[in-house]
Amino acid sequence: MTITEVGRARLRKEDAHLITGRSRYTDNMTLPGMLHLAMVRSPFAHAKITSIDTSAAKSSPGVVTVLTGADVAAEQGSLPNVWPVTAEQKAPAFPSIAVDEVAFAGEVVACIVARSAAAARDAVELVDVSYDELPVVLDLEEAFTDKVLAHSNLDSNLSATWVFDSGEAGTGKPIAEALANAEVLIERTFYQQRLIPAFMEPRSIVVDPTSEQITMWSSTQIPHILRLILALTLGLPESKLRVIAPDVGGGFGGKLTVIPEEFITLMAARRVGKPCKYTETRSESLQSGHHGRAQVQKVKLAATKDGIVTGLDIQLLADMGAYLGIIGSGVPILGAFMYNAIYKFPAYRLECNNLFTNKAWTGAYRGAGRPEATFAIERLMDELAVELGMDPLEVRKKNWINNEEFPFTTVTGLEYDSGNYEAATAKAVELFGYDELRAEQVRRREANDPVQLGIGISTFTEMCGLAPSRVLGALSYAAGGWEHAQVRVLPTGNVEVVTGTSPHGQGHETAWSQLVADRLGVPFENIEVLHGDTQVSQRGLDTYGSRSLTVGGMAVLAAADKVIEKAKVLAAHLMEASEEDIEFTDGKFSVKGTDQSTAFGEVAFAAFSAHNLPEGFEPNLDSDATFDPQSFSFPHGTHLAAMEVDTETGQVTIRKYVCVDDVGVVVNPLIVEGQVHGGLAQGIAQALYEEAVHDDAGTLVTGSFVDYLVPGAPDLPHFTTARTETPSTTNQLGAKGVGEAGTIASTPAIVNGVLDAVRHLGVKDIKMPCTPSRVWAALEEAKTTGGVQ
Amino acid sequence: MIPSAFDYAAPTTVAEALGVLADAGDDVKVLAGGQSLIPVMKLRLADPAMVVDLGRIGELSGVRDDGDALLIGAMTTHHQIATDPLIVEHVPLLAQAAATVADPQVRHRGTFGGALVHADPAGDMPAPVLAADATFILAGPNGERRVAAADFFQGYFTTAVDDGEILTHIRVPKYTGWGSHYEKFTRVAQQWSIVAVAAMVRVEGGTIAEARIGLTNMASTPLRATAVEQALAGAPLTAEAIATASAHAAEGSDPASDLNGDAAYRRHLAEVLTKRAVIAAAGL
Repeated sequence: MTITEVGRARLRKEDAHLITGRSRYTDNMTLPGMLHLAMVRSPFAHAKITSIDTSAAKSSPGVVTVLTGADVAAEQGSLPNVWPVTAEQKAPAFPSIAVDEVAFAGEVVACIVARSAAAARDAVELVDVSYDELPVVLDLEEAFTDKVLAHSNLDSNLSATWVFDSGEAGTGKPIAEALANAEVLIERTFYQQRLIPAFMEPRSIVVDPTSEQITMWSSTQIPHILRLILALTLGLPESKLRVIAPDVGGGFGGKLTVIPEEFITLMAARRVGKPCKYTETRSESLQSGHHGRAQVQKVKLAATKDGIVTGLDIQLLADMGAYLGIIGSGVPILGAFMYNAIYKFPAYRLECNNLFTNKAWTGAYRGAGRPEATFAIERLMDELAVELGMDPLEVRKKNWINNEEFPFTTVTGLEYDSGNYEAATAKAVELFGYDELRAEQVRRREANDPVQLGIGISTFTEMCGLAPSRVLGALSYAAGGWEHAQVRVLPTGNVEVVTGTSPHGQGHETAWSQLVADRLGVPFENIEVLHGDTQVSQRGLDTYGSRSLTVGGMAVLAAADKVIEKAKVLAAHLMEASEEDIEFTDGKFSVKGTDQSTAFGEVAFAAFSAHNLPEGFEPNLDSDATFDPQSFSFPHGTHLAAMEVDTETGQVTIRKYVCVDDVGVVVNPLIVEGQVHGGLAQGIAQALYEEAVHDDAGTLVTGSFVDYLVPGAPDLPHFTTARTETPSTTNQLGAKGVGEAGTIASTPAIVNGVLDAVRHLGVKDIKMPCTPSRVWAALEEAKTTGGVQ
Repeated sequence: MIPSAFDYAAPTTVAEALGVLADAGDDVKVLAGGQSLIPVMKLRLADPAMVVDLGRIGELSGVRDDGDALLIGAMTTHHQIATDPLIVEHVPLLAQAAATVADPQVRHRGTFGGALVHADPAGDMPAPVLAADATFILAGPNGERRVAAADFFQGYFTTAVDDGEILTHIRVPKYTGWGSHYEKFTRVAQQWSIVAVAAMVRVEGGTIAEARIGLTNMASTPLRATAVEQALAGAPLTAEAIATASAHAAEGSDPASDLNGDAAYRRHLAEVLTKRAVIAAAGL
């Protein structure tokens, strides 16, 4: 096999149609006789519904019907949570349309079905809902006290308490000992603000109920999982449902979910017997799509005076919002295995308390648990360095897993297969000009420059390749983590690759073509990648958690290998040679020691024509494969940020950002570069810009992009990106995953840099996002008190 | 994001537009570039029964030399304001401020007059116009009337334009030879001003002879920083003198508190940004 495609920076196949508007987003779908939906949503964060009068809306021009929770109570069931993190986990029923109580502002209380989107929207205002307001609980620490309950029918806001203790698990020492014997103890509380995924394409659903099989188009990351859940929840035969995720404009975990509107659109379409469409507005997307992060982290780090960490104790309060989303309960648990990061901590305990509040439910958001964990530990390593007067890079070096120690089993019991933290860090330090910037920092401090300079460090790792099915089972997740692929060989020798992954911006069509082009010797252009339709790709577990290449890509390679094995049999028959003598290279089958050969396309046509096949040979070369990873993969890297803080205004500027990522073997460097850039933007956004803010009544104040500040290109610096390549040993390609790396790594790098710039002025911490007004307030506070938490 | 139903008229002359307005009753909105009105209609924060679109009235667009002043049509876009040679030469402050409005798409659609009549306290055009002592020319059922900038901005989203009237032109005196600068403070590039300062200074030798300072988003209307102007008049052209004068920037202001900062922070920003704006305007 000659490798000409893997490693090549190909432009993406997908882009031509996407950037010229020849796209097939769900909202582009128009079906004959299609009706339109609009939702009536609760303005209150917690209230009893005392009455709903739909008569005026029903008689509004163009309105076909209006559905309330009472109308669908018998069929709607409850949106499921598939990750009960403990056996005792509590979850309130999560109806698609609220029946008698609403628990967050934006919850659907009625649905208009009308002949046009405008008529549906007009009728929303004619639905008269009476509410009795109930007290709201919004703050996590307050929710933990149970003084106010998020649901009147639950006796506590606590959904579950999940605990990992390395002493009990036998993966390390008991934490109590480490804390009691600590020479240095760092205690901090970090706040992971609530974020909104803010994908570019709002969610949209079209349901066509007019044939034997009901078809749903949805802007989702998980068409396969969605079909299963719709079938189980609504009691429909799975075989009667086809789910299609056409072009999907971003997800970031925000579409790794099943949403009330998918159920409502399906129920409405079945009821009226006509195709129905619902497309949310941007306001609805921000208000009632699931949110991410939203944790309070109470952390204790024990260390020796030499800077060797001896233990880490974490207490988490994790905001589930009003309901348990499909995997909301498990998001903090994904992070629980990453607090020890790249370090050799001997003792570790994490207690995670999942709590209900009267806000939109939470779920996966790029990184899902791992950014929170990485932030906490990377902030702590800086705090330890400050406490000991050491260089923060030095503290990290003292504690990290050395290259020669791999494979290494960590204090959480995970086996890290490979890594080279020394190499990535050395490269980053060189590209960054670390020593020169440190020297400039000293000069600026001494000169009392109004613009101070700080250096932020983040040496991160994360677990990707979700996931070995047996591990998911051990964590009580309902499904497995395998992935499926099919390689179909057409009579011309062109190839269709069917993948169970469901790309929504990742470029699988390009990358999977590159994989198969090398493997089968078929030109890149002659390969078509099919996905996102349960009728085309019968099996799959979809796209999230940086899993697609390391799991789905391996299934593609395995299926391609099966094609070659099949084709060898036929090639041997055609050339009247023994199977053992057939070699396959660069798209040609040849007989060892002869000049006899036959091309892949010729074998493909022979399989199709079936005129001359070996005894018992089925007339096609198509092959399926399902790949279940045996372990995770662990990308890592070193990110360095030079941050300038204008002490007169509090304005923060990224002067220089260098990241060296080790994502293993790279299929397409251009796609990897794009993932890193986008990931950095989202991680930087958490550090500096984005926060979902609610008022005291629980109304989302940041309900539009005027107030929810997503940074754009002008707000971000040039990124210096580089890579080291330490192949993963847990998959045959050596890839590790890149979708979340930039997001996970950059948030602590930025905040560490901001604090490093102003710590000498007495500032000890600044809550994210580090807005100019917060930075200025922290500087003012430090002037009067000598420090602010 | 679908507005309520409304009637729509697109007159081609000011006289015709006034007639439409006169017949339309109270529940009518005038549409200029639509960069503020259309979003609030789509969010149903406004649901006028009728919209009168000024986009087809050619006479309302463009910049004309009018002796000691420039006569700017209300429908002139931000992009035109930012690049017009007459404005760049005689009132560069307007061009500098217009170049900071939102993003290129908005600047090509949004209009100078529309932004002024909308009178958002965080909008970038009112403060420079106030600092420049512009005159607003309004056409109404009883003919034309002129309103000084100081009387035009009356409150939060409220101006001197009465029902049935249309802002047709803005007459801005020439400040040829003055230095100017618009110092805008935001968290992200396309954001409304958290605070901004519009400064024009006339320097004679080593002295600031005259200064005009307008503040954006420091009250429900744009403000003149008169205390700073007085302190700067006759002050030496030094950073120290400018900083001392700028300490008066927040006097008489009444800024709001919001997610971007509280009133105390805005008062502080006004001082820092005034200092920076004046230093830049004076070419120091």
